[in-house]
Amino acid sequence: MKTKNRILITGNEACGEGAIQAGCRFYAGYPITPQNELTAYMSKRMDETGGVFIQAESELAAINMVFGASVAGARAITTSSSPGISLKQEGISYLAGCELPAVIVNIMRGGPGLGNIAPSQADYFQATKGGGHGDYHCTVLAPASCQEMMDLTRTAFDIADKYRSPVIILGDGILGQMMEAVEINQKSRAKKQKSKPWALTGCKGRKPNKIRSLLLKDGELEDLNRRLQKKYELIKKNETRLEQYKTEDAKIIIAAYGTSGRIAKACVDRLREKKIKAGLFRPISLWPFPYKALRKLGTGSTKFLVVEMSTGQMVEDVRLAVQNDKKVSFYGRTGGGIPSEEEIMEKALSLK
Amino acid sequence: MEKIIFKKPNSMKDALTHYCAGCGHGIIHRLVCEVIDELGIREKVIAVAPVGCAVIAYDYWNFDTTEAAHGRTPAVATGIKRVYPEKVVFTYQGDGDLAAIGTAETIHAANRGENITVIFVNNGVYGMTGGQMAPTTIVGQRTTTTKKGRDLKRDGFPLKISEMIAILEGAKYIERTAVSSPKEILRTKRAIKKAFEIQIKNEGFSMVEVLSMCPTYWGMSPEDSCKRIEKDIQKVYPLGVLKG
Repeated sequence: MKTKNRILITGNEACGEGAIQAGCRFYAGYPITPQNELTAYMSKRMDETGGVFIQAESELAAINMVFGASVAGARAITTSSSPGISLKQEGISYLAGCELPAVIVNIMRGGPGLGNIAPSQADYFQATKGGGHGDYHCTVLAPASCQEMMDLTRTAFDIADKYRSPVIILGDGILGQMMEAVEINQKSRAKKQKSKPWALTGCKGRKPNKIRSLLLKDGELEDLNRRLQKKYELIKKNETRLEQYKTEDAKIIIAAYGTSGRIAKACVDRLREKKIKAGLFRPISLWPFPYKALRKLGTGSTKFLVVEMSTGQMVEDVRLAVQNDKKVSFYGRTGGGIPSEEEIMEKALSLK
Repeated sequence: MEKIIFKKPNSMKDALTHYCAGCGHGIIHRLVCEVIDELGIREKVIAVAPVGCAVIAYDYWNFDTTEAAHGRTPAVATGIKRVYPEKVVFTYQGDGDLAAIGTAETIHAANRGENITVIFVNNGVYGMTGGQMAPTTIVGQRTTTTKKGRDLKRDGFPLKISEMIAILEGAKYIERTAVSSPKEILRTKRAIKKAFEIQIKNEGFSMVEVLSMCPTYWGMSPEDSCKRIEKDIQKVYPLGVLKG
């Protein structure tokens, strides 16, 4: 029998609870708005579950504590917001290079620089195109509700472990702060975690393990990078996620993720009321980006409107998929601005 | 009947090191490995190697070892130790890693009283990158970035980070030693052993600062390098127990 348990919770807390459900018992973080509720929640929950909570001296220390926990084979998470995520990039590059799993949550705020504490989606490039130095990718998941904040965070740990690769949850200030009813069901239980023979546990009964990304011998580092690329191809094949809403007969498809996707979905219904065949294409995995699914939709005369809380970042991936720039339009608000349904409607109607 | 009176520690791999002639790292590696053997903890040790000359220490050590980003070494060790409080976790860091780029991580790990051991090798110079000024370079010392010698006005003072850490309540045991003579080498070994024992007894943060030779970037012979530690370096960095 399926037991239902609905709770009212903020997106920040839902994200933390998703980590707890995944069996994560290691958190390190540093205060930054608008994700402070998440750090506070983890402090409480780690106490309750016998996990480790460390308020680190910096974002650099926090990501490297997570690196250490991952080295030891633990499921570990750190959370922050845009300026703090910039500081973590070095550590994320090392996680990728050392093939270590970890989950990093970015509750995005306005930038560049110190910016502001209003919601934003301006870290798309940073999250999906590398962020730190070197030839690597993080899997990037973009929730659009408190339920998804919980469910995708839980999933993120499975993906991170499966591919020994860091996973980013890319939310924003609205998703972090808003409260919604969230369902905790049987699926919410942690799957049995796979053993990690590569982890450092002390070399009892085996040869010593070493974890490193420094590869100085001729060709070694190229070999690592080739192996990483093979892994990324597998992730592309297995972990591409998206939501399509009324796209089958759509003449105008709004492409948007996260909070923008949520607003755009309401616009689709309002456009349909006006007898305009609108649809929503919402990438849930931003990397890997669902190029193939979007390319299929782009074959006819359908027009695309990309909506973001930035001056246009995901729009570049949409253009790559559609391969016809004339069909792709953009509407964005930036610096903490949030697109309203009216603004999106007006832009969509102008495309008709 | 033959009796073995000297052998390589089990904790040491049978490998040639990349260290220059007269470098102190080889001695200090060996001391750490001898102590780990004597304490019988090889199978429960997890080490964190730095960025610097000792970056590939895992090629010489016969126990679990990870790399860490430059200076983040104590943060990585913190993560490991919190996951496995019953294991013995230590970092091995140079002066650039510990006292320049990783100053914050070092001080806060000590201040939290993290139950880890830090082996801090102070040779007063960046060896790996070709002999630049380190935070610990003494006044007047010539390096590739202080051609006329370290100048107080331009470059500031040598950083006495062990003294800084010794005032922290979370630090349990801080000692400065040297490897410039057989006598000092034996003292260093005793200090390293004590530092590990403090961790094993769950007493908190322990660190041994070891004054070490870098003949290559000091521009002198190994023998003169040892003399320099005793004549000049110890005046700035006096040996002894700073805390504990």
